[in-house]
Formats: sequence, structure tokens, C-alpha cells
Amino acid sequence: MTAPAIEGWFTTGADPALLGTRCTTCTTVFFPKADGFCRNPACAGETFEEVALSRRGVVWSYTDAQYQPPPPYIPASDPYEPFALAAVELPEGLVVLGQVARGYGVADLRVGQEAELVVETLYTDESGDRTIWRWLPLTSGHLTELGEEADQ
Amino acid sequence: MTGSSNDVAVAGVGMHPWGKWGRSFVTYGVHAARAALADADIPWSDVDLVVGGETVRNGYGGYVAGATFAQALGWNGARVATSYAACATGAQALDTARARILAGMCEVALVVGADTTPKGFLAPNAGERWDDPDWLRFRLLGMTNPAYFALYARRRMDLFGATQADFAQVKVKNARHGLHNPYARYRKEVSVEDVLASAVVSDPLHLLDICATSDGAAAVVLTSVDYARRHGLDSPVRVKAVSTVTPTFPHTVLDMPNLSTDSSAVTGVPERTFKESIGRAAYEEAGIGPEDVDVAEVYDLSTALELDWIEDLALCGRGEAEVLLRAGDTTLGGRIPVNPSGGLACFGEAVPAQALAQVCELTWQLRGRAEGRQVEGARVGITANQGLFGHGSSVLLAV
Repeated sequence: MTAPAIEGWFTTGADPALLGTRCTTCTTVFFPKADGFCRNPACAGETFEEVALSRRGVVWSYTDAQYQPPPPYIPASDPYEPFALAAVELPEGLVVLGQVARGYGVADLRVGQEAELVVETLYTDESGDRTIWRWLPLTSGHLTELGEEADQ
Repeated sequence: MTGSSNDVAVAGVGMHPWGKWGRSFVTYGVHAARAALADADIPWSDVDLVVGGETVRNGYGGYVAGATFAQALGWNGARVATSYAACATGAQALDTARARILAGMCEVALVVGADTTPKGFLAPNAGERWDDPDWLRFRLLGMTNPAYFALYARRRMDLFGATQADFAQVKVKNARHGLHNPYARYRKEVSVEDVLASAVVSDPLHLLDICATSDGAAAVVLTSVDYARRHGLDSPVRVKAVSTVTPTFPHTVLDMPNLSTDSSAVTGVPERTFKESIGRAAYEEAGIGPEDVDVAEVYDLSTALELDWIEDLALCGRGEAEVLLRAGDTTLGGRIPVNPSGGLACFGEAVPAQALAQVCELTWQLRGRAEGRQVEGARVGITANQGLFGHGSSVLLAV
């Protein structure tokens, strides 16, 4: 069975989106979800509504992981395949980190370019695929096979 | 530099050499503490406050607290305090000591930071913690510390035209600075080619752009200016400011170990970033400006981060640090030498000791006793660092 690697953080389906919360008092948006009390120091709000964040944003920066990260990271493959990471600034005024969509590497990214949210498999365990949000670079230049670049 | 009523004296400093020694952090801490007391020529029995730097990274031998060092030195009845502020731990411990001295609640304080570190990537504690960003960043994203450093480095490249050779040049400079520092772990010249030939860990950073983790210890003996005078110290190095400010909402620069930033949509972007505000608070408290600074010790967790810090401390304008680097301004003998100790590039990080090690180095620099790496005529020095969870510090010292 395919299921998100973490419950309630994003929607799946044709147009997936991150799920945050919006303070009903000052309208500040939070991702991951805030509840209980608003972290805007000028706001005493205590009620929040769930909100789907914009699916497109602008790349704030990017990198990759050429060595296998330590646990609790669960590698998707053996041998390890490097992956790229991007921080994307959304119209809601916040930057959200994510892995980059499979098949794309740092050569496909620039600060300031557009990226769109997709949902892909992060790892597979005994109950099936565990999915995660990722950033798909738009208007990408040249495609690179990340795995071939990082063979040291 | 004239004195002010908010000054405290740095009577003594001491360190245990950085390395991978395989012993208990207590051994290193006691070594550094005794070295600092000997440097100050103050007996342990005169110490009436011990402040220990703590670390919450567990899974290795030992939990650190002020009382650990007080007991190891032999209980003398001193009061005790323990500070935790991630990479800023040492500076926060120093601030606790300073505050009690300025309040007249103690005269002689011993501040100790020591650590024994595991090998490899720093990883979170074991166990499943679905509400802990430091655990989630690994589980959901595979986001290591070097990956955050790489995000900042890449922005310098795409926004300001920095190159990987610039980053390598920071390592070359710091390796040269640390050559004669007896406390540095790595004392070997490195070339730009060496850095660029080392493995890429997180693009654009190579292995030699990223600092290691080390065992080490540093200690500082702080006293009231009055006690220092009675002790025969007429013009000691003085602590002019300790900044341990937290971020201002919205914190809009992506920060380790978070998965996102605050939203600026409702409140707008603050006038200064968190790192800019750390140095600014130190300058304001001391009444000293960036133009007065002769030497800086900044937290070069990566080579590129040193360049960020030079700008965050207003030692040059945004996007200009590479210009200083290329002109040799930040090298010993240059206009504003940065990391004359060799920095984290030569030390590797021993978290609760590192901010105190910066203070030790600046004390030696301001006394004119930094053999083989002296910044000539240095009168004012500043430190800077930032750690997890909204911690950061800057200490301003002057003589």
C-alpha cells in the first residue's frame, strides 16, 4: 500500500500540495503545521485552519547529498544513489526544504528559477511505498543523471 | 580602549589541544581549566563560580555539566551553573559568569567547555521522534549539516559570483594561519588544488571545505575589574560585550535543523537577518563599531560560511567578502585578519568548547602573545557563531 512517509503534511493525487496552518487572527501561515498558539509575536491567536500551500515557488538555494546520510534516513536503494535538495520560497512568504524530483541534479537548478511540488516514493518498507513531497525544477537547462556524476 | 562599568576582566585562558584523543571530556576540561588558572595565577580556591558548557548530543560517553568540572577539580564550595546554547554554548556560559560578576554576586568565575565527539556526520539521538525537526530532517529529507552549509555556499555563487576556488582559498588561508598554533588539530599547508581534488560532500562543497568534529577543551577565568586590579592586572583584556540574541520573527533564513522558515507575508521581512543581529547587538552593547575591529574569529563550519560571517559582522558590504579574500585583506598581515587561530578549518568543532576557544585566541591576540600568528597591534577583536535552535553569539573583547 502506498502511503505518505509522514501523516498530514501533504496531499497526494493529481495536484499535490503541502498542508500548513493559517492563524485565523493574523493570517500568518505555518509549515509544518502550527497549532495551539501563533508564533507571530504581535498576535495572541490560538485558532488555526488547515491550508494547502502554493504548489509553485522560486528556488532559494540547492545542493545534493553525495554520501549516504546517517539514520534515521532510510536509503531508497543499495548501493546508495545520491539525490539533490532544494529550498523553495513560496508566495506565502516562507521557504520550504525538500528533495529534488528523481532524475534531476544540481546542474538543473539555479537560484531564482521556478519549481513545482510533486510527490514521489522516498523509500519502501514491508507495508509498501512511503511517499514524500519533492521539488521539480521548471524551465530546467540540461538534464543530468545525478548518479553518474557522483561515483567517488 | 577606556574602561566601562560593564567590563569584566579576562584574567586567564587555557586550552587542551584539539584532536581525536579518545579520552573523557572531563580530562580535557580539567586540563584547560588548570591551564587557565595557571595563566591567571589565581588559585582554584579563589574561584567562587564554575560555569560549564553543556551539549545535548548524546549517544557518546558522557554528559557535560558545570558540576562535572567542579567535582573533578576538587569540590571547593563554588557556586555552579550549566549552559546549553548549541554552538554558542561557550559564549552563553561566559555571559552567565559575566552577569554574576557585574551584579556583584561573584568575583572570580571559571568557565569551561569540553567535548568528546563521535566520528562522521553529526546525527540525532536514537529513537523515533516525529515532532523533532532534528530527527525529521534526516528521516524525511536526508538533510545533513553539510547540506545546509552547501545551501548557503550555493547562494553566494549564484547571487555574488563566488567560485569553488574562492571557498578553497579560505581553507588555504586558514590552514596557513593555524600552522603554528599548538592547539590546532590540523597543522599542514593545503593548496587550492588539494581542496578541489577532495570529494564533493554536498555540492558545491568539498570535503576540505567542511570542518571536522574534534575532541577539545577551552577555559576562561573571568574576574571583576576590581579583583583584577588587586591581583596586579592593570590593563587586562576586557569583555566589552556578549551578544546571545535570538532571532526576530519572522526568521526568514533557512536554519539548521529546520525544514522551513517563518512566513514574512503578514509582517514583512525584518530589517536584519538573525546573523546580522548577533554582531550588531555586540557592537551596540560595547559602543564599538565594525570599523574599530582589528581581528575576528568567526565560525567557519564551512569555508563559505566564513565569507557570510565577514558580511554579517559588517566588516564589509553584502556580497563583498570575496573581494576582501582575493585582496588578502583577511589574511594575517592584511587589513582585517579573520581566523588567525586557523579557525574550525584547523580545529574541527568541539561544540561546547568552541565559542570559548574563540575567546582564548582573541585574548592571546590582544595581549600580543599569539606566537607565529600575531595580528600586529590588535586592540579590538570580535567573535561570531551560530548554532541550532535559534542560538548564536558574538563576544567583543578589547584591551
